[in-house]
Amino acid sequence: MNIIVCLKQVPDTETQIKIGSDRQSIVTDDIKWVMNPYDEYGVEEALRLKEKHGGEVTVVGLGPKRVTESIRTALAMGADKGILISDGALDGSDSLAHAKAIAAAIKDLQYDLIFTGQRGVDDDLGIVGATLAEALNIPQLSLIVKVEVAEDGKSVKVQRPIEGETLVITSTLPALITAQKGLNEPRYASLPGIMKAKKKPLAEKSLADLGLNSADFGAGARKMKILELTPPPAREAGKIVPGETPQEKAAQLAKLLHDEAKVL
Amino acid sequence: MDFSLSMEQEILRNSVRDFAEKEIKPVARELDEKEEFSYETMRKMADLGLFGMFVSEKYGGQGMDYVSYIIATEEIARVDGSHAATVAAGNSLGIGPLYYFGNEDQKMKYLPALCSGEALWGFGLTEPNAGSDAGNSKTTGALDGDKWVVNGSKIFITNASTRITSGVTALCRTGTREDGRPELSCILVESGAPGFEAREMHGKLMWRASNTSELYFDDCRVPQENLLGPRGHGFYQMLQTLDGGRLSIGAMGLGGAQGCFDLALKYSREREQFGKPISNFQVNAFKLADMALEIECARLILYKACWLRDNNKPFSKEAAMAKLHCSEVMYRCANHAVQLHGGYGLMKEYDVERFYRDQKLLEIGEGTSEVQRIVISRLIGAL
Ligand SMILES: Cc1cc2nc3c(=O)[nH]c(=O)nc-3n(C[C@H](O)[C@H](O)[C@H](O)COP(=O)(O)OP(=O)(O)OC[C@H]3O[C@@H](n4cnc5c(N)ncnc54)[C@H](O)[C@@H]3O)c2cc1C
Repeated sequence: MNIIVCLKQVPDTETQIKIGSDRQSIVTDDIKWVMNPYDEYGVEEALRLKEKHGGEVTVVGLGPKRVTESIRTALAMGADKGILISDGALDGSDSLAHAKAIAAAIKDLQYDLIFTGQRGVDDDLGIVGATLAEALNIPQLSLIVKVEVAEDGKSVKVQRPIEGETLVITSTLPALITAQKGLNEPRYASLPGIMKAKKKPLAEKSLADLGLNSADFGAGARKMKILELTPPPAREAGKIVPGETPQEKAAQLAKLLHDEAKVL
Repeated sequence: MDFSLSMEQEILRNSVRDFAEKEIKPVARELDEKEEFSYETMRKMADLGLFGMFVSEKYGGQGMDYVSYIIATEEIARVDGSHAATVAAGNSLGIGPLYYFGNEDQKMKYLPALCSGEALWGFGLTEPNAGSDAGNSKTTGALDGDKWVVNGSKIFITNASTRITSGVTALCRTGTREDGRPELSCILVESGAPGFEAREMHGKLMWRASNTSELYFDDCRVPQENLLGPRGHGFYQMLQTLDGGRLSIGAMGLGGAQGCFDLALKYSREREQFGKPISNFQVNAFKLADMALEIECARLILYKACWLRDNNKPFSKEAAMAKLHCSEVMYRCANHAVQLHGGYGLMKEYDVERFYRDQKLLEIGEGTSEVQRIVISRLIGAL
């Protein structure tokens, strides 16, 4: 069973994000870059499926050279091969363009399953998975927390939580799964794994290598435009509900929820 | 000049940091309070590959350079001193002498289990009456037929009495040299050897979740081939081992200082007094600035010493400097960190309280700060 995992590099969730002077991008100078946490679930699930069913796991990343570190991390966790799509012409591209480039890198590979994170924790768009499935013309199973591949390796049964219930879906393969928190607990890259990863193949591809035209990428080709970035509003101080007894407090609270918050 | 780490070293740091935050930090406080060595975290650290880092793959090690070993130790120390002690002593003192001075049979016999972390090994130098003056060991090793007969005792030996300890290296007096000084040799004594007993020590101020033992040898007989390297090389082996070991103590100082800084910065930005975060008072901001500066300098001297070692250049002076400086930097950082936490910093609920205690060992173990100053003074030609 051959599995492809797409991964994105995002700012570490502990990073303090600052908006740039253009008001449309963030300042990247002091950012520590890490593998998108949802993609880590994808890597882990792919490795578990490989351990059970055999086959190969290929990791595909897109972005500047620094993304190599996240791909090598996935290789250190146990993936077999890596592909980095890197091209100056990709700067400023939107998610649709990213999916198009990834589809071009994947389409000639042998695969039964593709994993992407359900969204990147940076832009929070969640577009690449769906667009990629569409471009490759395979089913998309989104926000998945459990994956079971049939013994014969021809179909997959997955679970997706919705509103306290669980949706169980089966699909033929190949298919694309977007990983949701809860799918698994990703392993650490072990020290022996890090040493082994040094020798694993990692190919770098430009847009031309993938037979793509640079004019279709970059800021000029964006279908989605960012108008302005603004920081989230500062959180206002909380309120302590007055009252002597629990009953009094509850009555006060109900009144506040009704009159002030207007949620009742 | 190139100050960048390799990609493998970056990945290693991220992975060990993540591991330490998720697997060690949540249990460190409780283990410290109970004064308990954890076999569970030991197993997890071993599975990550934290033992045998600088040992070649042939003996089950990871075949990494010394800088990588030091980064890993630093990251464990960033969350807990006791666990870092288990790793640093396990590698530098347990595995190190066997790997660098053992013959092929000894290496094949002991290293695989030590590198996989199924076993631990102690390094017995210090005696009740021979600490800084370890060359003055009174424990004796006498050859009787084809056996060494060991008599005497050792104290403060790390990793020597856990359930999984497979043995210790004991520095013994095996005779008298021609110049009248004692002939010292290292003898390997396996756990369970008749006449050998390792007793766990309790009541430590610091490193309370690290295993520390007293060793007793009472007519303990071990095979003649348990001699480590040539007879009479014990003192030289000890000095070599301590040179490497000092780098790992340096890593514990650096990592601990970083841990103190990270906690202090976070707390100072959140804690408000007089209507603003306490980090906004210049006197406190300057403490944090000093900590950041000292940590940066400590990292430079420590990594340089490791780089010298990795490149087969002399590094004794830099190792002593790194050990001395990193442990004193942690002393100042732990002190500032507790001060910035105010009364809360004195409570066990706050990790800086543990860092404050754990720090003290670094100025005492593997050569006190005074001894490091003697070593440096000699190497610069002042003494
Ligand atoms: C938790 C823990 C773990 C340890 N683990 C190990 C281990 O695994 N293996 C091992 O062999 N040992 C180990 N040790 C022992 C440690 O290395 C010794 O405690 C240390 O070397 C100091 O020896 P001492 O305690 O006998 O102090 P002493 O040597 O008695 O020193 C007392 C004081 O006198 C000073 N002093 C001594 N000589 C001089 C001098 N010439 N000039 C100026 N000042 C001097 C010292 O600096 C110190 O301040 C451990 C100790 C502890 C506490």
